[in-house]
Amino acid sequence: FSSKNSSYSFFSCCLALFIITLSDLECDYINARSCCSKLNKWVVPEVIGHAVVTVLMLISLHWFIFLLNLPVATWNIYRYIMVPSGNMGVFDPTEIHNRGQLKSHMKEAMIKLGFHLLCFFMYLYRLVSKIAPKQQRDCLPAIISSIPLV
Amino acid sequence: MQSQMQFPSGYGSHLPNYSAPSGHYSQVPNKAAASHLDNQYRASYYPGYYSAPAQNVMTSVGSNVLNAQESHQLYNNTPPHSGGSSDRPVQGAVSSASYLHVSAQQSYPAFDNHYSTSVSSSVASQGFPLNSDHYAMPVVSGAMYPNVSYPPVAAGVVYGQTFTSQSLPAVGQFKETNAFSSQSTSVPHSLQQHVPVGYNTTLSTVSSAQAVQDNLSRNLTGSVPKVNNQINTGGIDSSQPVHSVSQNVPFTKPGAGTSAASAVVSSVRSPAPSLSSKPPSSPSVTQSPELALQEGMQYGGYVNNQASSAPAPLSSSSDDEEEDEEDEEAALDSSSTTSSASPVLNNYDALEGGGYPETRSVTSSPVPSPSVLQTSKASKPFGYGYPALQPGYQNATPPTPVQPSNPGHHSGFQHYAQQYPGVSQLSSSLGGLSLQHSQQPESLRPVNLTHDRNILPVSSVPAPVPNLNSDLRKLNCSPDSFRCTLTNIPQTQALLNKAKLPLGLLLHPFRDLTQLPVITSSTIVRCRSCRTYINPFVSFIDQRRWKCNLCYRVNDVPEEFMYNPLTRSYGEPHKRPEVQNSTVEFIASSDYMLRPPQPAVYLFVLDVSHNAVEAGYLTILCQSLLENLDKLPGDSRTRIGFITFDSTVQFYNLQEGLSQPQMLIVSDIDDIFLPTPDSLLVNLHESKELIKDLLNALPNMFTNTRETHSALGPALQAAFKLMSPTGGRISVFQTQLPSLGAGLLHSREDPNQRSSTKVVQHLGPATDFYKKLALDCSGQQTAVDLFLLSSQYSDLASLACMSKYSAGCIYYYPSFHRSHNPAQAEKLQKDLKRYLTRKIGFEAVMRIRCTKGLSIHTFHGNFFVRSTDLLSLANVNPDAGFAVQMSIEESLTDTSLVCFQTALLYTSSKGERRIRVHTLCLPVVSSLSDVYAGADVQAVVCLLANMAVDRSVSSSLADARDALVNAVVDSLAAYMSTASNLQQSMLIAPNSLKLFPLYILALLKQKAFRTGTSTRLDDRVYAMCQMKSQPLVHLMKMIHPNLYRIDKLTDESTIHVNDRVVPQPPLQKLSAEKLTREGAFLMDCGSIFYLWIGKNCDNNFIKDVLGYPNYASVPQKMTQLPEVDAPSSERTRSFISWLRDSRPLSPVLQVIKDENPAKTDFFQHLIEDRTEAAFSYYEFLLNIQQQICK
Repeated sequence: FSSKNSSYSFFSCCLALFIITLSDLECDYINARSCCSKLNKWVVPEVIGHAVVTVLMLISLHWFIFLLNLPVATWNIYRYIMVPSGNMGVFDPTEIHNRGQLKSHMKEAMIKLGFHLLCFFMYLYRLVSKIAPKQQRDCLPAIISSIPLV
Repeated sequence: MQSQMQFPSGYGSHLPNYSAPSGHYSQVPNKAAASHLDNQYRASYYPGYYSAPAQNVMTSVGSNVLNAQESHQLYNNTPPHSGGSSDRPVQGAVSSASYLHVSAQQSYPAFDNHYSTSVSSSVASQGFPLNSDHYAMPVVSGAMYPNVSYPPVAAGVVYGQTFTSQSLPAVGQFKETNAFSSQSTSVPHSLQQHVPVGYNTTLSTVSSAQAVQDNLSRNLTGSVPKVNNQINTGGIDSSQPVHSVSQNVPFTKPGAGTSAASAVVSSVRSPAPSLSSKPPSSPSVTQSPELALQEGMQYGGYVNNQASSAPAPLSSSSDDEEEDEEDEEAALDSSSTTSSASPVLNNYDALEGGGYPETRSVTSSPVPSPSVLQTSKASKPFGYGYPALQPGYQNATPPTPVQPSNPGHHSGFQHYAQQYPGVSQLSSSLGGLSLQHSQQPESLRPVNLTHDRNILPVSSVPAPVPNLNSDLRKLNCSPDSFRCTLTNIPQTQALLNKAKLPLGLLLHPFRDLTQLPVITSSTIVRCRSCRTYINPFVSFIDQRRWKCNLCYRVNDVPEEFMYNPLTRSYGEPHKRPEVQNSTVEFIASSDYMLRPPQPAVYLFVLDVSHNAVEAGYLTILCQSLLENLDKLPGDSRTRIGFITFDSTVQFYNLQEGLSQPQMLIVSDIDDIFLPTPDSLLVNLHESKELIKDLLNALPNMFTNTRETHSALGPALQAAFKLMSPTGGRISVFQTQLPSLGAGLLHSREDPNQRSSTKVVQHLGPATDFYKKLALDCSGQQTAVDLFLLSSQYSDLASLACMSKYSAGCIYYYPSFHRSHNPAQAEKLQKDLKRYLTRKIGFEAVMRIRCTKGLSIHTFHGNFFVRSTDLLSLANVNPDAGFAVQMSIEESLTDTSLVCFQTALLYTSSKGERRIRVHTLCLPVVSSLSDVYAGADVQAVVCLLANMAVDRSVSSSLADARDALVNAVVDSLAAYMSTASNLQQSMLIAPNSLKLFPLYILALLKQKAFRTGTSTRLDDRVYAMCQMKSQPLVHLMKMIHPNLYRIDKLTDESTIHVNDRVVPQPPLQKLSAEKLTREGAFLMDCGSIFYLWIGKNCDNNFIKDVLGYPNYASVPQKMTQLPEVDAPSSERTRSFISWLRDSRPLSPVLQVIKDENPAKTDFFQHLIEDRTEAAFSYYEFLLNIQQQICK
């Protein structure tokens, strides 16, 4: 679980990067070209990483978490596959300003960030519940609530 | 890296392998990028750069190639090389002088006389009154008019300074004089210089101003350095060299420190009025408190009524020079510099050389009449004809110092108040208008589409006029350059959604204009927060402040803006040319440059494979180039280069001093490099003889080639490397599918699917190579224009990317062959002539701004969208059109007008940085019927066509077709539901939209969107590219051609153009029912004219007009009308030439008889008729009606 936790914090960071870069583009701080090349670099690691995590869940028979992750992983792979042959990746600098693509990318990144944060805390809860001895489990909420303070 | 030099058999010697260090060549782009970034170019940047890579490669290659002089079968007709550039003509001067408008030239003598007499007398009599500082008399420089009492030393210094400076933006007219001294006689009218009034008092005022300036140096950090220079150059020390920011000062205020001093005082005044130590007699001080008081009383009423965002606090010391992404358009402190707006008319086209005067615009362009702005002084409108300007000058020459209490001045202000009412006043007047219109305007008259069969207007469809009050209407931008799909903007997005019509703009920003006010002003007045350029639709709150019409911020009026150089009057900022014209051009200062303006650089990349040689385009191209070499837009720095390619890439060393051109072959196409980077792009004037030699030899050089492969990708990479240090234009001529190296493509078209009604695949690019290349090019300010002359499938969908994203243009000549297809050959010839000689703008960016609440969400055209509203255009040409889709983000309830402004910043071919600004103003409406009343059906259709192209690439063609039909169905259904009194059983459209179904049907039958008819994939893709990049006028001709019957032209209903009688036959429906065997019909498809002759056509007509005795003897491939001395022939020719003159590209005429294979082309344009795969117009209407009733 700890590895999963770290992988989820990796995803969160990755998505935070997406959001920051996209909002930079929105505010005109960076060029569409450099923005897209920056983001496209991280698309493949994200797709592969998420797919691996999802498969690990299946192997370790965590059905609920697997089902939770499956739609997101599928969407990631679908999005990657459906890029037209002439485009320069999921983020295409020539199209990112058209048809509200920037907004939809932003929305997508936000939703995924929310999802990964949710997952992160869920795994944290389960990790702690696994590590902590049974008798201490009653005070778990206290431990959890102290996490944000740290 | 291994590379080989191979020479064709003609070259006697053979060079063994030579190796070049690859690192050496890869330095080229890096270095360029670095210098590009650091924003501070050395003056000798280009030469310095080019000489840097001096190397042994050059020598070894050179010596070997020089040995190849026995290759005289290639160069046997080479004339002896002149060895130098001494006989090169001063091209710019000659061409620009010859292009000057005739009427303007005629008026010069009178102008000169007027000046030299009146100026000297008035100067003498005035005795330099102190209080006329601000009403400085106009005087032209001493160099031109020696009798002006003017210190010649100062003038000399002034000129000397200018000559040394290359990047002197504000004195654009003078720059021309520097470069071509022979031209100076045509220029002086643009120079307006102030009389050295009170020259003796200069020192005192300046010193006082300097004291003031010292006090304030902490506050005005941004403006002080400039002010400093002003004072130095203007008053005391004009011989001292100053840096380029203020070098314009000596021109506008030569030797006279008064104006400069007043500028200083004014900039000082707002932060600390008490500090201004100006003598009390100076009007700017005495006047302003009283004025402010008067204005307060006059304007108080509506200042309170302003229903907009709070005005920002006024302070001239606020240093909010935030980093604009549009970095060239950097902020300029508006209160620090001086201005001189020059009433230059026509001279832009004249200087540019490539202008095609548009005769029609004389009548159509809105001319601001003097009655619009009646003030105490009789003022003439700006820039429309020089003769008209003269009285204005006469009136202005005796400088009557206007006192604040002067009733004339006062009344002027009242007028001005009426002229620029506040927003609320405008809304009330508009409300009045809409009340008056309650008896239904013409545009809302219901038209029963199924019953009314003749819906086409008699002549061309006019653009709807926005429902504005007459003053604003006169000021509004011409619909030819700027059109909105809805001339009444709906108030909310909900209302827009209800109307089911797209909201967007169609732009033709770089159109050839005959009349364009060019403003030479060092301060370009712009809004401080949104950077909007001042325009006719801003409101002046008082004389010192204006309110931006896009973001509603209140801005200061800079001091120099108070002076109107046209009327020579002070205190009338609302009469400045910027505020009188919605289309203006500014000459930009160095703040608008990232690097010195680039020279015009042209590179031709030519396919010389077997296929290309067989088609024979090289002959036509070289011929055109030879003819137009002197007309290529550019200055003395113009460079040109050639690259050819088949399976290898050949470069041509044209370095001055060589006896003949050298061909350098690079066969290492996987890792392309430039053999001699500094001698491939050469100065056009210095190496003209070599270039001519090459162009003469090129068509015959490859006649026996057996090479069938085409390494387009490597050739393009080489071209990019060659161009990246400067930027410019790459023209690619390609005749087949690229088959070697990077960017190779495979045939994707299945000929059996050509007429499929189901899925059309492969509309998108197959590889991202060309897109990446285009983006690289765009980043280095290089545009790629593609000429595709192929007989087979060449995957235009992929190749077009190189032009689409680098702001180039695309030409396609299907089944091109020089002798077998003369119509295409002629078309290429004409296109090339236009292409080579038309105006061109380099390193351009275009920004589209709109009123707060509106936002742009999609762009259409050839460019790269650099940020949310900034289009990066490596090149801009006058035939490029753009479209944008907009959405309403915030409700527009608190405003009654919205404005759109496009600003196109470009480098002209003469190396000037210019900004062309168009502003459009439209009313906001709240009812659905008003939205329909203002619909511009042509703009709607063009925007829908652009959207449909996007849809068919991203989704599918069937989707796009459905969307087009749905657009009609939805909008008509929505209209019919608003007009409740209409019968549902009929198909009713408002008058403004009565042509909507017809145009949509025409779109569905276009090559781009048709199904069921055999359409080659390249043809389809080309039609799509055309739709995205053509301006509205051309696109409409393509979608819905005009059909005229021309065998019975009469002298009735004619118009007179330039003493020619032009008959005006009525438009005919595009239906075979209108064609009769007894007639002859002309179809105007924009780029081609079809002349269809009926079998039983009158023999007199055939004899007189076509020059043949009867129908049978008319040849199949006829493309020209003979000049026969008969009235009918004269009429026909004058009509056709009138049609030709109205567009930049002169179309090819094709005569069509019954058995002609081109007949199908003609008949497929008859879109109202039924074809085997598509509805007739009536069926289409019934279909729509059915869908509405569903």
